[in-house]
Amino acid sequence: MQRAKMDLWVGLFVVAGIGALLILALQVGNLGTYSEDKSYTLVGNFENIGGLKIRSPVKSAGVVVGRVMDIQFSTKTFDAVVTMNIDDRYQFPKDTFASILTSGLLGAQYVGLAAGGDEGMLKSGDKIMKTNSALVLEEMIGQFLFDKASEDDEGDSDKF
Amino acid sequence: MPRRIVIGIRGVGHRIIESVWRLGYAARFFSLILLKSGTSIRRFGLIIRELYFTGVLTMVIILVSGLFVGMVLGLQGYETLQKFGAETAVGTLVALSLVRELGPVVAGLLFASRAGSAITAEIGLMKATEQLEAMGMMAVDPIARVVAPRFWAGVISMPLLAAMFSAMGVFGGYLVAVVLIGVDEGSFWSQMQSVVDFRFDIVNGIIKTCVFGVAITAIAVFEGYNAPPTAEGVSGATTRTVVTSALVILGLDFVLTSFMFRGVG
Amino acid sequence: MTTNPLVEIKDLNFSYDERAILKGINMTMPRGKVIAIMGGSGCGKTTLLRLIGGVVSPSSGYVRVDDQIVHELGRDKLFSLRRKMSMLFQFGALFTDLSVFDNVAFQMREHTDLPESVIRDLVFMKLHAVGLRGAHNLMPAELSGGMARRVALARSIALDPMLVMYDEPFAGLDPISLSVIGKLIRRLTDALGMTSILVTHDVHQSLEIVDYVYFISEGVIAAHGTPSEVRGSVSPFVHQFIHSEVDGPVPFHYPAEKYATDLNLENRIA
Repeated sequence: MQRAKMDLWVGLFVVAGIGALLILALQVGNLGTYSEDKSYTLVGNFENIGGLKIRSPVKSAGVVVGRVMDIQFSTKTFDAVVTMNIDDRYQFPKDTFASILTSGLLGAQYVGLAAGGDEGMLKSGDKIMKTNSALVLEEMIGQFLFDKASEDDEGDSDKF
Repeated sequence: MPRRIVIGIRGVGHRIIESVWRLGYAARFFSLILLKSGTSIRRFGLIIRELYFTGVLTMVIILVSGLFVGMVLGLQGYETLQKFGAETAVGTLVALSLVRELGPVVAGLLFASRAGSAITAEIGLMKATEQLEAMGMMAVDPIARVVAPRFWAGVISMPLLAAMFSAMGVFGGYLVAVVLIGVDEGSFWSQMQSVVDFRFDIVNGIIKTCVFGVAITAIAVFEGYNAPPTAEGVSGATTRTVVTSALVILGLDFVLTSFMFRGVG
Repeated sequence: MTTNPLVEIKDLNFSYDERAILKGINMTMPRGKVIAIMGGSGCGKTTLLRLIGGVVSPSSGYVRVDDQIVHELGRDKLFSLRRKMSMLFQFGALFTDLSVFDNVAFQMREHTDLPESVIRDLVFMKLHAVGLRGAHNLMPAELSGGMARRVALARSIALDPMLVMYDEPFAGLDPISLSVIGKLIRRLTDALGMTSILVTHDVHQSLEIVDYVYFISEGVIAAHGTPSEVRGSVSPFVHQFIHSEVDGPVPFHYPAEKYATDLNLENRIA
């Protein structure tokens, strides 16, 4: 094999490999819309986060505005402390309402932000005061069965 | 009867000491390769020649298998997701499985059986035909001249090949899901992009392939360099390269995955 | 200092896995000569070459090459000594991934900064010396056994070494190639002023070209002398070796139990 021909093939190989990496980064991944450095953090306490995970999206009006960066359990308030990274382009009023929602019936859970009407905006590190927990399927079913049972017993006081 | 037991225990102990010795020897060999890499980096032409054999010649099998794996993923993913009315998520499924697991692992297995075995056989044959000793007698260190360039070529080609495998697989999934079945193209890509994260999924996948590349080529050159200098010795070493690499890839994949993706959706 | 012998071996012992292979070998090899080391298969001849090249270290005693004790040299010193000697391996050991030209050029490219045009001239000179200038483009796989041996010979004299060792240079060659290689060894030794050490069991070819012969048997030197001395030797071992007799000091039978015992005859009679 001629030296020059071999070099050419190796060059093609490296170009193809780097091209594949770029395709993965730009077309498959979210590098095109990635802007980690220009963001601020918000914190919210939730009674129950359900299936929320680190990196779950934070959406407002269905638009992804940020991501969950950290989830901790607080031993002071005995609830979950969720830290979110929000894109700098999006500012939210102080009385914004955060709730944990599910996309579709069985889809992944995300944090939904519903803007309020306050004049002042949330600053980096601020705490969202109004939160709403995740709907946990078992609790819903339990509640439903319990209601059904009490209906059938015509208001009997036989409580569990 | 107790005598047989004693012999059995002695055999087990011997095997254990033997494998610990071999492990230590492998570690020393590995550090020798790193120490003697200067020559191959100074004379990059040596690595380019090996890149041709490990990279370019493995490219075809990687591209074809990537395409088919992606197409199968697209088909199976569609069949399952469609039951939940989530067929637009097929892009996400194909991309995530490829980038996180299948790309690195399947490309690694293919790389081990195509390039790894070739490296072992080549070095083993050079040893069996006294070429390595002849080189040593010419005051040229065979580890620096023969082993190190092959090692670095393998380490460089593996991530590139795995990226090609994944990209080809995503294209295969696109072909089946969008072109053949008719899933909406816009949601195919956008769902994929909204879920596949560059840092967590793609970079972690690349780290995996780099680790696999080091492991496979290290095994391949070690087995080749230490193959018994006979025909059976070389064929046995080639088999051991493929088997050991496969086990190491799967084992390392578990370890790396549990480090990288634990607690992350 | 050139009057000193190039290679001096003193009380050399070597064992492999506690099996003694060489026992108290003493040899002197003067410069500019062709010396043959002969002996049956597996008597430690090749090991002796490895000891001279510093591939293995002796259990006791020493090998002195060019006034340096080989096994006491550090890696760098050993490598610079090895640049001045070379070895022709049994089957040539040509680099299968390089062409004939690149094989001969290998050491020049590794060890010198000569420009490619000079290397080209040198390689053609070396190939011409072994009569294979026309084969420079071939790959080792395309060569016959005798041609491969000649290319290996050209490669081993590439850097004009002071010492060339030949491990079974005549093994597996047809009579013509065999005498070509023999003549080449003699001619190149004389022309380049180097020293050649042949390890071989081809008695007739080597007795024609060498200056001195050592016979090794069971790890010790059984006999030594010039070819004419050896031919007239009364030593039973040398006699057996030169005349290819089946039985003699080197027995036909591997040590075994009494034949009758192995066939269980004694018990059957009893």
